[in-house]
Amino acid sequence: MDSELARVLGSVVANATPLVIASLGETITERVGVINLSLDGSLQLAAMVAFVAAYASGNAMLGLAAGLIAGLLVALLILFSNIALRQDQVAVGFVLTLLAADLAQFLGQNYTRIPGPTFPTIPIPLLRDIPFLGTVFFNHNALVYFSFILLFTTWFVMYRTRWGLALRAVGERPAAAFARGTNVTRTRYLYTAIGGALVGVAGASYSLAIKAGWANPAVMRGDGWIALAIVIFGGWHPLRVAFGAYLFTGLRALASTIQQTTEFPLVLVNAVPWVLMILTLLLVSSGLVDRLMLLSPPWAQRLLRNFLRSAPPVALGTQFTRE
Amino acid sequence: MTRSSLLGQRALALGIGLASIAVSLLLTALIILAVGASPLEVFNKVTEGIGLTPTGLDIVRFSGVVNFWIPLMFVCTGLLVTFTAGLWNIGVEGQMMFGAVCATWVAQEVFLPTVIQVPLEMLAAALGGAFWAALTGLLKTRGGVHEIFGGVAMNNLANIFSIYLISGPWGNQGGQATPPFRPETLLLPISSEFRVSAAALIVMVVAFGGIFLALSGTRWGLELKAQGHSQRSALLLGVPVERNVLLAMALCGFMAGLAGSVRVLFTYGNLRPLVSGGIGFLGLLVVLLTGTRALWAPPIAFFFAAILGGSTRLKIALQLDQSLAGVVQGILVLMVILANGVRGRLHGRHPVQAPEASASLEAEEAAIHG
Repeated sequence: MDSELARVLGSVVANATPLVIASLGETITERVGVINLSLDGSLQLAAMVAFVAAYASGNAMLGLAAGLIAGLLVALLILFSNIALRQDQVAVGFVLTLLAADLAQFLGQNYTRIPGPTFPTIPIPLLRDIPFLGTVFFNHNALVYFSFILLFTTWFVMYRTRWGLALRAVGERPAAAFARGTNVTRTRYLYTAIGGALVGVAGASYSLAIKAGWANPAVMRGDGWIALAIVIFGGWHPLRVAFGAYLFTGLRALASTIQQTTEFPLVLVNAVPWVLMILTLLLVSSGLVDRLMLLSPPWAQRLLRNFLRSAPPVALGTQFTRE
Repeated sequence: MTRSSLLGQRALALGIGLASIAVSLLLTALIILAVGASPLEVFNKVTEGIGLTPTGLDIVRFSGVVNFWIPLMFVCTGLLVTFTAGLWNIGVEGQMMFGAVCATWVAQEVFLPTVIQVPLEMLAAALGGAFWAALTGLLKTRGGVHEIFGGVAMNNLANIFSIYLISGPWGNQGGQATPPFRPETLLLPISSEFRVSAAALIVMVVAFGGIFLALSGTRWGLELKAQGHSQRSALLLGVPVERNVLLAMALCGFMAGLAGSVRVLFTYGNLRPLVSGGIGFLGLLVVLLTGTRALWAPPIAFFFAAILGGSTRLKIALQLDQSLAGVVQGILVLMVILANGVRGRLHGRHPVQAPEASASLEAEEAAIHG
């Protein structure tokens, strides 16, 4: 029983990887004040580019790099058109959502349903042998381990370093950050690039690990939107965002298990993620979280306040101009 | 501003506009080359698909373009309302699909003379679309869920619901679509050559005209514009923002539902998965290009419908994925947006996204108050 549960949890951890990486990437981007709305298309484009590059070179690492660059370029295009050309981030992001998805389908049409290189499972010596936890956490491919490292690095950099302080300041009060000597434009470019690159890695992790190959973009279609919602659910806090991604994947796994054991119409199970998405957004924005926090003892409130914040970065989606 | 500098600016704007189109064409050509096809051949097949042949216009194929144009114009008409109100009604696809489901229900369950039956189907679709959109509006106004996320979720739910109906209660053996509707429930073509529904065309023209007048000539239109520019100041001016959000969403959903009814009652003659065919998203692209200049919507929508209609031949003729239509449309919109930015930079440091924002808002405020 123990090992069966461990196996299920292990597969949830593996399947959540793209969602964890993508929503962490988007968290970084949004914390610096930029909305990358193109996620749903970016993921598909990066997945396709990664697969084609890996297939052509026979090297999964090169595929990963190509996917990373695809995600990075899309994100930078949004920010460039916002900073240099003063266009709306949401409008450009929306166009790129559609464009990237169609590009993935058109350019990838000759590469569907063929096998290509994938990331192999690398059990971690010693840790792998820990009962239960070994199966859940330490018997995966490199991208899964990367998502673990990324999660704690993001949290550490964001809350424990000067860089993180500058990052958050630019997303909250760009004018104040500028007055304190932070180069707002450069900071936004840097973290938007990092966030976009992570979205690219997330896309690559679909086609090089989760669902090896470039069969049909429908496999991941919608996940970009779910990642965007998870960022809101997670209150723009890396640990909570990652928790949301795992929770979501777990509930999805649960839904498909229910589907196998009951008479419930099969297709309607697909509705579960979307109903959950609406319910979680309702929960977060209705202030219920804040009210729950008030019920806890004062010492816990202080501790929880930072963790449970649910307000978006103040300067999200806005443009910073010096004059 | 002197006349010569004004002329210079116009020439510059024209030059940048043409350049953005040229760059779009070039990029598209490169993308076509990347999959090993010939851009020229693709161009020929697309123009053939529209009905443009060396011997003249192939009216049957041309009517195919018009049949994309009509539902697209319904969607654009609705989206002009939400765009004016500053709302991102990304849920328009789902509103089309839910409208189509409602029209299907009436077509299958109600038995009346055609003159009553068909209008009833269209009305059911419109009300269904309005209902679906109002839910997104309520989520926004009462639940604090941004309309982009509410809309995306409602799109997926509408799609899943229609697939459930098709594969379950309403399905036939294949499970790919509902059985064909009875002939007396369908919109009829003008002729066997020009296969366009006159009724749908007339309703569309009336709807577009009505919305255009409402947006440009009524107090309500001004209110929407005011809240589109700044919800906060609109609220301060006494504009019932929440009511207008719901009304704008419902109106847009109403139009999207009509578009959905045209898809099931004319294009297909039954209900199938993703019956909207991406027309809702295409409408968003068109409205992004037109901004609030509503009169540009019909020609731009027609051009986009032509690309969509023309590309349907790519799969058969050249084994190329039809997604090329989306690629061309996406690149074009992106380039025009970027070109707007370039023009803004060359003209001076004012944002170009909201052209009448600062200058006319005061006038509008005065008008609303007066």
